[in-house]
Amino acid sequence: MTVSNYSSKWKVAASGVMPLLFLVALMAYIFGPGADLLTSGVEIPEITIEKVDFVDSEIQATVRNTGRVAVDIAVADVNDRIQPAAVEPDRHLERFELATVRIPFEWNVAEPYSIGITLDDGIRFEKVVDAAAPALAPTLDLAIFFTVIGTYVGVIPVMIGLLWLPFIKRISKQKYHFFLALTAGLLFFLAIDSIEESLEVSDENLSGSFNGTLLVATITVLSFLGLYYAGSQLVRRAGSAKFTKPVAIALMISIGIGLHNFGEGLSIGAAVGLGSIAFSTFLIVGFAIHNTTEGIAIAAPMSRGKLMVGKLALMGLIAGTPAIFGALIGGFAYSPFTSVIFLAVGAGAIFQVLFVILKWIHEENNGDLSNIAAVSGFGVGMSVMYMTSVLV
Amino acid sequence: MNLMFIILIPSLVVGLLVALPVFSESQPELKTFLTHSGAVIRTSGDIIDPIYLESTVEFDPMEYLRTFHYGNVSELPDGTALREFTIIAEDDKIMEILPGVFYNVWTFNGTVPGPTIRATEGDTLRITFINNGSKAHTMHFHGIHPSEMDGVFELVGGKNYGGKFVYEFKAGPTGVHPYHCHVMPLEEHITHGLYGVLIVDPPEGRLQADEMVMVLNGFDTDFDTENNFYAANTIPFYYQHHPIQIETGKLIRVYVVNMVEFDPINNFHLHANLYKYYPTGTDLVPSFFTDMITLSQTERGIMEFTYDYPGKYLFHAHKVEFSEKGWVGIFLASNSTEG
Repeated sequence: MTVSNYSSKWKVAASGVMPLLFLVALMAYIFGPGADLLTSGVEIPEITIEKVDFVDSEIQATVRNTGRVAVDIAVADVNDRIQPAAVEPDRHLERFELATVRIPFEWNVAEPYSIGITLDDGIRFEKVVDAAAPALAPTLDLAIFFTVIGTYVGVIPVMIGLLWLPFIKRISKQKYHFFLALTAGLLFFLAIDSIEESLEVSDENLSGSFNGTLLVATITVLSFLGLYYAGSQLVRRAGSAKFTKPVAIALMISIGIGLHNFGEGLSIGAAVGLGSIAFSTFLIVGFAIHNTTEGIAIAAPMSRGKLMVGKLALMGLIAGTPAIFGALIGGFAYSPFTSVIFLAVGAGAIFQVLFVILKWIHEENNGDLSNIAAVSGFGVGMSVMYMTSVLV
Repeated sequence: MNLMFIILIPSLVVGLLVALPVFSESQPELKTFLTHSGAVIRTSGDIIDPIYLESTVEFDPMEYLRTFHYGNVSELPDGTALREFTIIAEDDKIMEILPGVFYNVWTFNGTVPGPTIRATEGDTLRITFINNGSKAHTMHFHGIHPSEMDGVFELVGGKNYGGKFVYEFKAGPTGVHPYHCHVMPLEEHITHGLYGVLIVDPPEGRLQADEMVMVLNGFDTDFDTENNFYAANTIPFYYQHHPIQIETGKLIRVYVVNMVEFDPINNFHLHANLYKYYPTGTDLVPSFFTDMITLSQTERGIMEFTYDYPGKYLFHAHKVEFSEKGWVGIFLASNSTEG
């Protein structure tokens, strides 16, 4: 009995490995004796200038080899005029390798520039910068500036939103469901917003070889699945007096919103860093109103448990402070790739929160989602978000 | 525990993604280079500077500058001179036209520009043209000659034609003339490098001078019908890095031919001096005394000047875009060794 069990295990393993062996054999053949069959076509080298920084008397271009073959950087130019330059770490780029091209150049603030890189085969690639702005130096003043911005658009609005808790606490179950559904609507809007933003960043800055749309889709789904699993473990453990299901759900929501706000902070910081927006008080007011609604999302589930001010404040911080870190990182060390990833992670996080809330409403209503409270709440949530987003 | 993980894992991922680029930035050993405005820049990486880097030049602009091919000379029964040349066309050569930039040049006798052919007005030119290229090519000389010697309708080589043709005609008129391939698509055949210079001297000769040929050309290496690089004699910035040595008090004569395509004009500006200009070189009396002549496609002429003071003198296109892409050079005048 044990012997046959043992041998059947081997059979299973062998049948699992067999296709892999054939795959390996196919690869070996293609790269080896069969290589001649596949030599038609021309490999076209490609690079992407992902970022251009304007520093003291110098323009720095971050260049990535986004083609299928290794390339050598041969010439750098500014506005299509050849300039001597340095390539660090070196001018040979393997696939996906990064280099910084340092072009000494007395550039003028607010003027547009086109930065060109020519490869060894004579093909020129360029990136146009609409208005040159000095790269931000990591000074204490600037760090404080970003912290203040992050606090204004992240922490304070979320905290204000939480103040609706006593109100939500006193209302009927039906109205409560309205607010839960409202939260779901808010979150759905935020998720779409995050995805749109990450697709935009990837379209503008990443080469086609990253498959931007699929990258965003994959990261969003992975983030959703990971958090969904972690979240269900959390809710399963909930049940003690200290850690109830509403708390667990509120925590999930605040983590989701926190990830979203991190992405939002990144894009704000990057926009300031790249000089593409002037940070007006109007813009801050817009973000603040927009983000206040995020506080409601956390307050709604918490209103069913005991009032726990400490936990509530902590969740507000979890949701709000990432905006500060996002702004700091976006301003000082912006990378479009990282930005795309975080925005997609944020979207996945929000989708999972959305899922949990909808499930909860569904359960509380005995398997019915089509009641007037849920439907109108969801609709109002999205509408409110849309209208406040116009302000930004 | 789980709560801890839920907060910890995302923050770890955040930390890693942020910190990663920082780790990969440490390398010693600094090299230095000069910017155009004289600043000294230090780098741990590679320097890319077409002006101060040597390319592995297969074509020597300094040698080309003063090399004239007079051919195998023999006397015809009527007492005039016969000059025989062999020109071979190829179109598969890859040349480093600028440090690190490789381009498929099409060549007459292996170089861009092709050899400078020189004769005296009235000489008979017999040019045996062999096409070893994969496409049809011809030699079309500017000047006066019979129709069948014009290199337009008699295609040579390629898939359908024989690989050889003999061009024979009397050299003339006096002046400096381009020759180039005249197979369609013409722009493609010219911009890949199938051109050169024919100098026809007047029977009475010109004054003794330090003579040189400059073909103003450009390369569209990314095929967007705009030149990426410009030069006098093919290699961008070459004469800036290797100044042309001349002597004060000595007559300098430059045969200038503009072969730039795509851009409607090119020009030649000389610093701290003026030159006598003979358009197309057909007249022995100069038409202009200037430091700036603008040339359209295949427009050409002879420039004569003398430097009185030793030193470095720039010459370049005053369409400054071209000079910033390589069409710039220096004359280095030193005191005359004679007398």
